[in-house]
Amino acid sequence: MNAPAAPLSEVASSAGEERLAVASQLQLTWWRFRKHRVAVVSGIVVILFYLVAILADFLAVTDPHATDARRSYIPPQAIHWFDADGSFRPHVYALVGKRDPRTFKLTYAPDPNQRRYLELFGRGYAYSFLGLFETDRHLLGVRDGRPEDGLFLLGTDQLGRDVWSRLMWGTRTSLFIGLVGVGLSLFLGVLLGGVSGLYGGVVDTVIQRLIEILRSVPTIPLWMGLAAALPATWSVTQVYFAITLIISLIGWTELARVVRGRFLSLREEDFVVAAELAGASQMRIIFRHMVPSFLSHIIAAISLALPAMIISETTLSFLGLGLRPPAISWGVLLQDAQNIQSLGIAPWLLIPAIPVITVILAFNFLGDGLRDAADPYG
Amino acid sequence: MAAYLARRLLLALITIWAISVVTFVIIQLPPGDFVDAYIANLSASGSMVSAQEAQALRQLYGLDQPIWVQYLKWAGRVVQGDFGMSMEWGRPVTEVLGDRLWLTVLISLLAILVTWGLALPIGIYSAVRQYSIADYLFTLVGFIGIAVPSFLLALIIMYFGFTLFDANIGGLFSKEFELAPWSWAKVRDMLGHLPIPVLILALAGTAQLIRVMRANLLDELRKPYVVTARARGLPERRVILKYPVRAALNPFASTIGYLFPFVVSGSIVISLVMSLPTVGPLLLRALVAQDMFLAGTIILLLGVLTVLGTLISDLLLMWIDPRVRSGIQG
Repeated sequence: MNAPAAPLSEVASSAGEERLAVASQLQLTWWRFRKHRVAVVSGIVVILFYLVAILADFLAVTDPHATDARRSYIPPQAIHWFDADGSFRPHVYALVGKRDPRTFKLTYAPDPNQRRYLELFGRGYAYSFLGLFETDRHLLGVRDGRPEDGLFLLGTDQLGRDVWSRLMWGTRTSLFIGLVGVGLSLFLGVLLGGVSGLYGGVVDTVIQRLIEILRSVPTIPLWMGLAAALPATWSVTQVYFAITLIISLIGWTELARVVRGRFLSLREEDFVVAAELAGASQMRIIFRHMVPSFLSHIIAAISLALPAMIISETTLSFLGLGLRPPAISWGVLLQDAQNIQSLGIAPWLLIPAIPVITVILAFNFLGDGLRDAADPYG
Repeated sequence: MAAYLARRLLLALITIWAISVVTFVIIQLPPGDFVDAYIANLSASGSMVSAQEAQALRQLYGLDQPIWVQYLKWAGRVVQGDFGMSMEWGRPVTEVLGDRLWLTVLISLLAILVTWGLALPIGIYSAVRQYSIADYLFTLVGFIGIAVPSFLLALIIMYFGFTLFDANIGGLFSKEFELAPWSWAKVRDMLGHLPIPVLILALAGTAQLIRVMRANLLDELRKPYVVTARARGLPERRVILKYPVRAALNPFASTIGYLFPFVVSGSIVISLVMSLPTVGPLLLRALVAQDMFLAGTIILLLGVLTVLGTLISDLLLMWIDPRVRSGIQG
């Protein structure tokens, strides 16, 4: 019984080997990456975060900029899933504000007799969906009412703005500032690292010393100095791009190091020499032969550079030197939780810390998995 | 070895020069020259400055001359230890800085010592006992150390200190010592306040170094010479500590240079959250108030101290790594 099975499996394995032999570098990387469970899960988490960033308007409940002094410091609401008769009708209790007779502080208490029923795709403030069409439909709404009057899943801040809606918007800003920043860093890193690795000699020495100098300077004081110099009259968009530029001007060194290392080791490879002897142009050698074989390394380096960018932006904005209100980012949100006094009054203002930590962890695991997978022969 | 030393010194000098240029640019960045700011500041407090006085000030700082002359004048004064006046405080910058610079250095140095003290043994343990429960635990803690920005960690710890123990963890001194002159009692009081900020500051760097040390040592442990040593009957402790650990230390030591700027950066942010009397809060305040001589001086001094720290760690590296000493490229 076993005898005829042996040649069959041999055929199968040689087919597998053939599949391995003809697979491109990216394909090999992908096969290897799939085996790394934590990294795959982290990759899905990262994708979900970017979905939130894209759909921020749709996921927000109320206008994140709308202030209302009467709604200041409302604690997070619990969602009750079942109605009194046991049917599935998610609702929140309406909030009744009471003034403390001694401190005159307004405190809110849920009133179990007044229920506000949640509905999917309810009406809220008007916005432009992905810039395609105007709508006022949001993922969550309150049946027969405005969400502004009673739906604060994560509470409100001092000015009465809904923390949940602001968190959605902050996710959009912080994640995209990471992408734009990495884009700029990548451009600088690939350009300077590539030139450094390809040509060597004096150019290489100068660029390497430049990297050493940049890496030996403490970045945060430098960023603070540059960021503080941005004119106060600049618009939100101008500040956004200036901050991104400042962060990526210092952040490109690690990417340059990876690219240079790859170029240096690939330059001596047989297939590059062969391409050279066959008369391929320099451009063709670089983009057709060299870049594809270290693309996976670059992807891994990017996924490790992104969280660093996000931390930088969050830290700067937290200090009040990065993005400034009315811009909303994770750092701007955490600025409200800056001192122990406001945390004592409203501990829920620290909630934005959870997505920050989650996405940075996810990026790190993803980057680790990609880095391991980038050497499929190893 | 002399060539290596000379190369390092030259690079340090160039770096310090580059930092001074950047600092000068930062001082110059706010719109208008600083005499305008100074006058605006004075008239806000009620006193008037005549046009002649303003002109005299402009001449003193060479504001009517080309930018590179201004830089040279400024750099010349800085070299002599004159960092200019703090606009906001109305006193020389050096006076405003006071002990704050040394407290920053103290906290950073302690954090680096803690980082090494923790990362080295944990890294060795994690590599030798790869995939043990403790290894997974340290890896997890390491990832958290990398993923949680230091200011968030400080915030969270302060919040729990406040809610669980009703203790305000911020600050470096108890109330009664805050303004008191230095005494043994004050030093003891400070030592009691130091551990939490130092540990928070050390965690992120420790997490990274553990991973570097673990990876390096794992590579070394797989090499045949380790098997040989074991086969010849060396005690396990000696097999590991004598050869592979020493070999694994080299790349470890070269990351130390990057640890220094990292820790100094972190100390600024943590000081702000925990209101430590270092240069951190002073820098933020100076930047917001556009007190540019004070801000510039802090950035410059932090940069120079970091470069010196990196230089010292490079010399240490030379001392422990014979390959660097003899000029062989690893």
